[in-house]
Order: sequence, then structure tokens, then C-alpha cells
Amino acid sequence: MKKKWYDYLWIGELLYWVLGLCNILFAWLGMLFFTIPLLVALIGGSKAYCNRYCGRGQLLSLLGQKLSRNAPPPRFLRTRWFRYSFLAFFMVMFGLMLRSTYMVFAGAPLRQAVTLLWVFKLPWNWAQVDMVAPWIAQFAFGFYGVMLTSTVLGLVTMALFRPRSWCVYCPMGTMTQGVCMLKQKKEDGGCGGEGQKDCGAAAASRQ
Amino acid sequence: MALSKRLARVGRECVACGTCMKVCPRSAIRVVSGVIARVDGMLCVGCGRCAKVCPADVIGIVERGEEA
Ligand code: SF4
Ligand code: SF4
Ligand code: SF4
Repeated sequence: MKKKWYDYLWIGELLYWVLGLCNILFAWLGMLFFTIPLLVALIGGSKAYCNRYCGRGQLLSLLGQKLSRNAPPPRFLRTRWFRYSFLAFFMVMFGLMLRSTYMVFAGAPLRQAVTLLWVFKLPWNWAQVDMVAPWIAQFAFGFYGVMLTSTVLGLVTMALFRPRSWCVYCPMGTMTQGVCMLKQKKEDGGCGGEGQKDCGAAAASRQ
Repeated sequence: MALSKRLARVGRECVACGTCMKVCPRSAIRVVSGVIARVDGMLCVGCGRCAKVCPADVIGIVERGEEA
């Protein structure tokens, strides 16, 4: 299949990590990886971001070609309860990160550390953050931690199972899936918009 | 061309990641829109490549007629 421009978005993901290492404030760019998929789901009603534009998914596919065991992941990973529980857990941790950003905004001292896997604090004292308000820097540290944590989990499940196993329980993927399903249900009881055509096509192919 | 005996069937727990589309030699499986991959029964030859890469492991290769 001929490669399209969006098949190279994994470079953007790599760039994000490098820029963040150079200056933690670039972590704010990660907001794009949150808002774009949600907008695509809210406006377009599809997970096109996941199956076309997600640089992280592409990077996991690429690395997985060499590094993955290619074993089917355990069944529980794809169950609804696990995916939505993981999303809820992730949102709570995200909320706590926002809380510590607010605390710094309210006058608490800035903590120059990136938290990995919600427990390990990596000291990040070399970061130059004097040029912005402390809460802006605190959010950057927190957000980089969120991105790093999900990447580490993604890499571990990539190696253990299939390359894109992270996509099975990725909170963004679960959230956009939830949004699309709600949207489709609202539109026409389960088979929505263009989806209706697909449902028709799928039904036809079954005949 | 005669239809193959077997073809792919996608389970409801598909996460629409699109990995399957990239390996299908016949472009028979696609996440056309929405949140689930769909198989075009006229194109699918039941080779099973998509099933081997699906990270959610939701693709089964079944006898034609059993896919509904
Ligand atoms: S599930 Fe997550 S990592 Fe996978 S493609 Fe979607 S947003 Fe990207
Ligand atoms: S690879 Fe599996 S989970 Fe991903 S879109 Fe195809 S059927 Fe769905
Ligand atoms: S079984 Fe083969 S032909 Fe059919 S959808 Fe999967 S990869 Fe394509």
C-alpha cells in the first residue's frame, strides 16, 4: 500500500519526546494528542484518529515489528469493564495532577519532578522553567509524566503481546470509542450517519 | 472468482485501531467509519492475516455462512 503523509506521524511522537527532554515546557504540546482525537470523535463520530493519525499507535506498530512477541493479549484486556476501569483510574490520576497544578497556582512551591507509573519520581532539576509562571511549569511536569507513563505501559504490552496491544486499553481510545458510541446511538439507535451505510454493507455481505 | 470457503469475522470488542486494514492483501477489512472494522464478504479470502495481527484478538476465521 502506498504510504500517505499521515503514515509518518510517528515522527511527531518521537519529536515530542525529544523536545520535552530539551525543555519540559514542550510537554504542553501533548494537549494536541488529547484534544484532536476527542474533536474527531465529537465532530466526525469516528475513531479515525486511532486508525489513521495517531503517531503513538504507528510508533508501537513500527517498534513491534522487531520487538514484539506477537502473542495474543489476555482476554481481560479487551473487556469493557477493564477498559473503562482503566480509563476511570487514568482520569483520577489526571485529576490529581491538575490539583497539584492548582496548588502551585495558589502558592505552593513548584516540584521539579516527573512522576513515572504514578509512583516513581524522576528528578528533573535541569529543566529551565524560569521564563513562565510556576503553575505552567508544574502542569508541564505532570503532563510529561502522564505521557511517559502511558508510553512505558504501551512499550511493555507491545513487547509482551502484539505491537498495538496498548490500543486495546488506551484511555484515549476508550474515551473516543465511548463518545462515538453515544453519538451514534443518539443519531439513530446504534447505526449512525455514514455508519448506517456500513451497517447496510455488512448486512449485505452476510447474505 | 469463486468465493473462498472461509472468511474473517470481527467481534464486538474491536477497538477500531486499523491494524487489520494494513495487512489485508485484498483490502477486504476496513474501519470505514465509526468504531468497528467490517469485512467485505465478497473480497475476503479467509487468509487469516488480519486475525494474526489484531491486538484485541477479536477476529475469527469462520466458515462462510457462520459469520453472522
Ligand atoms: S488507542 Fe490510543 S494509542 Fe492507540 S491509536 Fe488510539 S489514541 Fe493512539
Ligand atoms: S485490528 Fe482488530 S481491533 Fe484493530 S480494527 Fe482490526 S479488528 Fe478491530
Ligand atoms: S482473512 Fe485475509 S482477506 Fe479476509 S479480511 Fe483478513 S486479511 Fe483480508
